[in-house]
Amino acid sequence: MATRSFRRYSTYRAATLAGLFTNTVFGIINSFVLLAVWRANPTAGGYDASDAVTYVWLGQSIIMVVMLWGGGTPSDLTERIRTGDVTIDLHRPAPLLAWYLSADVGRAVFHLLARGVVPTVVGALLFDLRYPAGPGTVVAFAVSVGLALLVSFGLRMLVASASFWLLDAQGVQQLGSLLAVFLSGLTLPLVLFPGWFGELARALPFAALLQVPADVWLGQLTGPALFRGLGFQAGWAAVLLAAAHVTLRRAERRVVVQGG
Amino acid sequence: MRAYAGLAGVWVRASWTYRTSFWLLLASSFAMNAIEFVSVLFVFANVPDLGGFGLREVAFLYGTTGVSMAVANLLVSGVEDLGRAIRTGTLDQMLVRPVPLLVQVCTERFALRRVGRLLQAVAVLMWACWWLTWTPLTVGLTVLTLVCGSVLFFCLFVLVSSLQFWTTDAAEAANAFTYGGNTLTQYPLTIYPGGLVKALTFVVPVAFVNWYPSLLVLGRTDASDLPGWAGYLSPVAAAGLALVTGIVWRAGVRHYRSTGS
Amino acid sequence: MSLIEVRDLRRDFVVRRRTGRFSRTRDVVTAVRDVSFSVEAGEMVGYIGPNGAGKSTTIKMLTGILVPTSGHVEVAGVDPSRHRTALARRIGVVFGQRSSLWWDLPLRDSFDLLARLHDLPRARYRENLGRFADLLDLTALLDTPVRQLSLGQRMRGEITAALLHDPDVLYLDEPTIGLDVVSKARLRAFLRELNAERGTTLLLTTHDLGDIEALCDRVVLIDHGSLAFDGPLTSVQALAGATRTLVVDLAEPGPPIDVPGARTTRVDGPRQWLSFPADASAAPVIAAVAAGYAVADLSLQEPDVEQVIARLYEGRG
Repeated sequence: MATRSFRRYSTYRAATLAGLFTNTVFGIINSFVLLAVWRANPTAGGYDASDAVTYVWLGQSIIMVVMLWGGGTPSDLTERIRTGDVTIDLHRPAPLLAWYLSADVGRAVFHLLARGVVPTVVGALLFDLRYPAGPGTVVAFAVSVGLALLVSFGLRMLVASASFWLLDAQGVQQLGSLLAVFLSGLTLPLVLFPGWFGELARALPFAALLQVPADVWLGQLTGPALFRGLGFQAGWAAVLLAAAHVTLRRAERRVVVQGG
Repeated sequence: MRAYAGLAGVWVRASWTYRTSFWLLLASSFAMNAIEFVSVLFVFANVPDLGGFGLREVAFLYGTTGVSMAVANLLVSGVEDLGRAIRTGTLDQMLVRPVPLLVQVCTERFALRRVGRLLQAVAVLMWACWWLTWTPLTVGLTVLTLVCGSVLFFCLFVLVSSLQFWTTDAAEAANAFTYGGNTLTQYPLTIYPGGLVKALTFVVPVAFVNWYPSLLVLGRTDASDLPGWAGYLSPVAAAGLALVTGIVWRAGVRHYRSTGS
Repeated sequence: MSLIEVRDLRRDFVVRRRTGRFSRTRDVVTAVRDVSFSVEAGEMVGYIGPNGAGKSTTIKMLTGILVPTSGHVEVAGVDPSRHRTALARRIGVVFGQRSSLWWDLPLRDSFDLLARLHDLPRARYRENLGRFADLLDLTALLDTPVRQLSLGQRMRGEITAALLHDPDVLYLDEPTIGLDVVSKARLRAFLRELNAERGTTLLLTTHDLGDIEALCDRVVLIDHGSLAFDGPLTSVQALAGATRTLVVDLAEPGPPIDVPGARTTRVDGPRQWLSFPADASAAPVIAAVAAGYAVADLSLQEPDVEQVIARLYEGRG
């Protein structure tokens, strides 16, 4: 399943190149903005300038993996709910959640290779980036990105499930992606969010999408803090997947009762 | 002009039949941009200035490019979907109507909800203007900036979308120039390396959307390598880009009409 | 001076095909090859041919959408590709599968806007709309959103939209495709009346022989991009050999049906196929079958253009 999904996404070659180009341009703009911030305040948010620029390029690589603004296989779910095809899914032997998750993992791996590697290389050529301190950090980062994918999948699945109850779920999706883009730290690192709002943003599940993996890569989280960070992600992943599971169960009952 | 209003009006009335959806999308278009400006505010919670410019000055830059972008974005509603019009044959329908093709393409699926973006940009601009001392010259210059900025973004949208006459696969790359140009000019250009600023002045002239004229309005001509009168050249840049856009658009239409695809 | 004048019209397309990982071949395909014909004002011409013969490519060149590779085209005195917008005021076009109406709005709003785009004087617009809505039975539907119209109602709306500005020529691409028998008949009657009353020239592409029989004094047949036949339909023995088919579902399987005027060509369980000449009436055949057999269901298949094309070739050869 994951392999098939990988192939499906790899057919759009020109579109991939165009997307890469656009991501890279926005990465460059963001880097200059953050460099200016750290020129004015060299210790803002506990980062230094090269931490900040590295954060931007990690963000450009990770956004397509965790699909912050929605999309991936949960979007297919929305479409299948709309067309009624979802009833077929509900009768599959494999549980719906696992079915969609495995497909989304395939998509994420493709996007990591196709859209994650190139921006990282471009960023490394243009800017002075920070690299992981050792193999331990690399492993921890990989785990952290995996957990981020689970969290984002749970969030997207919950948003997509709204289509079971709402005829036009566009508004919910817009709101979801709005929150995700801002509160994940894609527009601005969460370490720059001031006061209580910053505390709140860093405690929400969106922080598990980008801020935590980036902090792992940058070596901001080591020792016990590293485990707290990964635990934070794992906790949200568990909560969200459980919530998605319950929601789908409810939806299933609803679809069965109403006959779609 | 009359044709533009008529065609756009059709889509406005059509979107009005799905009123709830319309308001939701308008609100989310407003919120999306409002959040973007909140990021700017958050930045200034960490630093006193950015590239030598304070919050109110950055807000003026943000507001001017934002209004220009929003106006252009509204007026060219359908241009980004040129590829769709080609695929579905809508373009053929347009070619047998006695109205300029560009007017028909721009008004296709005219999206009044994009007013949300305009409202947000106007709000930021008004707040920024509140702190400035005004003379007839700076008022006139600001109005000229908004007009030329809108024309520049309008042309940029049409120019990059024209490429869809040749290929629709790479349509997303257009965003790097249009929305990218908007993001670039939200900040003082002093934060970018000199080479990039030259490119934004002479190659893709988005620096004339707001940067050079704003320096005159803000009294900050010290921040640029170019002499102050560069701020009066926005109409020249707009005319130049309009000329190039016209040539490329016509070439695209000619290409379509000689290949039928 | 003819209204439509086409001389040695040719259209080539370059087709790029990927043959390997990096190699590509460049093939030139000729969609329309040196076609010549002319249409006088007031004529009703059927432009027919198999799928992919070059019909729509020709129509696109006649409307100015597509620029010819070579040859000469003149419609209403102008070169379509060079004076496309000016020509647009003098022609009406109905593309079969596409809509020129605005989906979410009432029919009337689409008409209002089109009249405005054509700078049609208010009085003339009201007069035309009244006349066409009356003839096409649309008056009660003017305030219905297009998306709620049936296929037949929408096609009548499309034709009204194409005629509001008093075009000299009306191009129709498969106007009756998907319509039921009653809608087809109504549409054909209207087009005949339009031609008689206003002298509007009609050029239609169709797969429906009924359209041609009912409307066209002349057919132009195109095949593989080349002109294969141009002349009055009646001068050829085209219809003589064409047959219509009556599909009969009997209550239970039985021996082949035997009725005067028709021949049973195929039997499959309770279903049988009877063919009879296309120019003969179906009524006596149906009556005879119904009288002599226990019939569960009946349906009639019209001969299609492909069949006629085959006859035209035989007639020539």
